[in-house]
Amino acid sequence: MSALEIVRLKDIRVNYGEITALENVNLSVFQHDFLGIIGPNGGGKSTLLKVLLGLVKPNSGFVSVFGKPPEQVRGQIGYVSQRLAFDRDFPASVWDVVIMGCYGRIGLFRRYNYEDRVATEKALEQVGMLEQQGQQIGRLSGGQQQRVFVARALVAQPKLLLLDEPTASIDPTMQTEFYELLGELKKSLTIVLVSHDIGAVSIYVDNIACLNRELYYHGSKEITPEILEATYKCPVQLIAHGTVPHRVLKEH
Amino acid sequence: MLEALQYEFMRNALLAGLLAAVACGIVGVYVVVKKIVFISGGIAHASFGGIGLGYFLGINPITGALFFALASGLAIGGVTRKTRLPEDTAIGILWAMGMALGVIFIALTPGYAPDLMSYLFGNILTVPFSDILLMLVLDVVIIGIVVALYKEYLILSFDEEYGTAIGMPVEKLYLLMLAMISLTVVVLIRVVGMILVIALLTFPAAMARQFTYNMKKMMLLSVLFGFLFTFAGLWLSYVLRLPSGATIILLGGTTLTMSFGVSRLLLRNRARSHIS
Repeated sequence: MSALEIVRLKDIRVNYGEITALENVNLSVFQHDFLGIIGPNGGGKSTLLKVLLGLVKPNSGFVSVFGKPPEQVRGQIGYVSQRLAFDRDFPASVWDVVIMGCYGRIGLFRRYNYEDRVATEKALEQVGMLEQQGQQIGRLSGGQQQRVFVARALVAQPKLLLLDEPTASIDPTMQTEFYELLGELKKSLTIVLVSHDIGAVSIYVDNIACLNRELYYHGSKEITPEILEATYKCPVQLIAHGTVPHRVLKEH
Repeated sequence: MLEALQYEFMRNALLAGLLAAVACGIVGVYVVVKKIVFISGGIAHASFGGIGLGYFLGINPITGALFFALASGLAIGGVTRKTRLPEDTAIGILWAMGMALGVIFIALTPGYAPDLMSYLFGNILTVPFSDILLMLVLDVVIIGIVVALYKEYLILSFDEEYGTAIGMPVEKLYLLMLAMISLTVVVLIRVVGMILVIALLTFPAAMARQFTYNMKKMMLLSVLFGFLFTFAGLWLSYVLRLPSGATIILLGGTTLTMSFGVSRLLLRNRARSHIS
């Protein structure tokens, strides 16, 4: 089976002044993949997503998303940013936030139209938040807010979904629910998720890559202790999955 | 109050209050939700340089203030986005240097600077008709921008990083927002004076925020509160023979503080009825 290649990165290098954020990064993501990228904080995870969005231009290397430079296909990419601590009193409803995702389609100055409202309703339905559409965004729980932000990314009907630390501030039960939602979405789109939380990510994704300036990617879910150590530069607990997920501690 | 309305200066004062309420009500909502009250304070104080320049050149000080306000607004925005200078440092520099320039210009101007106090602390009773026309034009510009860019400014205020990610020209929009704040500052100088401008930029919007979480309704309510504060403050200052700008602000501030208390009480009662 030859799946469609959605993302292709070749020999990517990104410098911020003197600091190298990414180097020798090569990556291919195929249609309907669910790729988890894990790595320590400051390992270049967010930078990698920004390269895919066309927000950061690599100093060298080649990027293509859907076979084109990323800035040309922004409308097809959904993005869920790292959850920021916005003001709980911010004057916006769930609906107001989700419909923001239509900006890419209509651009500056234009108003949201009927099509945008239909898409918003559909996206809210997809994440199970339609009933809360009139509520103030800041009054929802962390997990519910994260669903709303996914809906905002889905509203423009993207073919690729990028998520930056989506579960960083939600409690474990909500996390499970959230990953189940992503599992559903995987059927119709390609997902790249970035996280520093190895345990949570590894249960749900199809493929895992480790990123700490360089990318260690083997096109499967098997991570060896050597890869993790290379990524985190220290011994790391490894979690194996049997019928019951259990934790394997590497000998120190 | 009705007998007061037969005077032209009273009618002008009410008109000026209304125009000021429109500008500060709309723009104040952005200032409050985006938490840029002190950028606005910096712009207001820096514009004193323009007032001084106006006296020095013998032109309308408000025109000078308009240019200084725009320049300092864009400078604060540009400098903090392009360099590593922290925003509050940039604000501090412009705030102080603008005031200092104003003092120097006024010292260099021969003779006495008439109604200087009214620029500093406002005097809604002496607003000339030409300034009312200027305020009207600025109001129209502000409303035009907000109507055209409402959806963009909601995204910008809520989540700037997301705006960048979906390809919105975040930086240009932010600079335009600062320019809009500068225009509003100029509109308000005549009413409450440059030192007290931030009060009218924040009180009505903060008050409105307690009643709604819809930004459009918040703007309408904020315009309404802005007008109520100026109108009632003006009446009170007329009856008590107090300076109008300061009365407007003390009335607004007291109302706002009391409304915080009331809404806390309401919240507590609601929480209690949930428990029982």
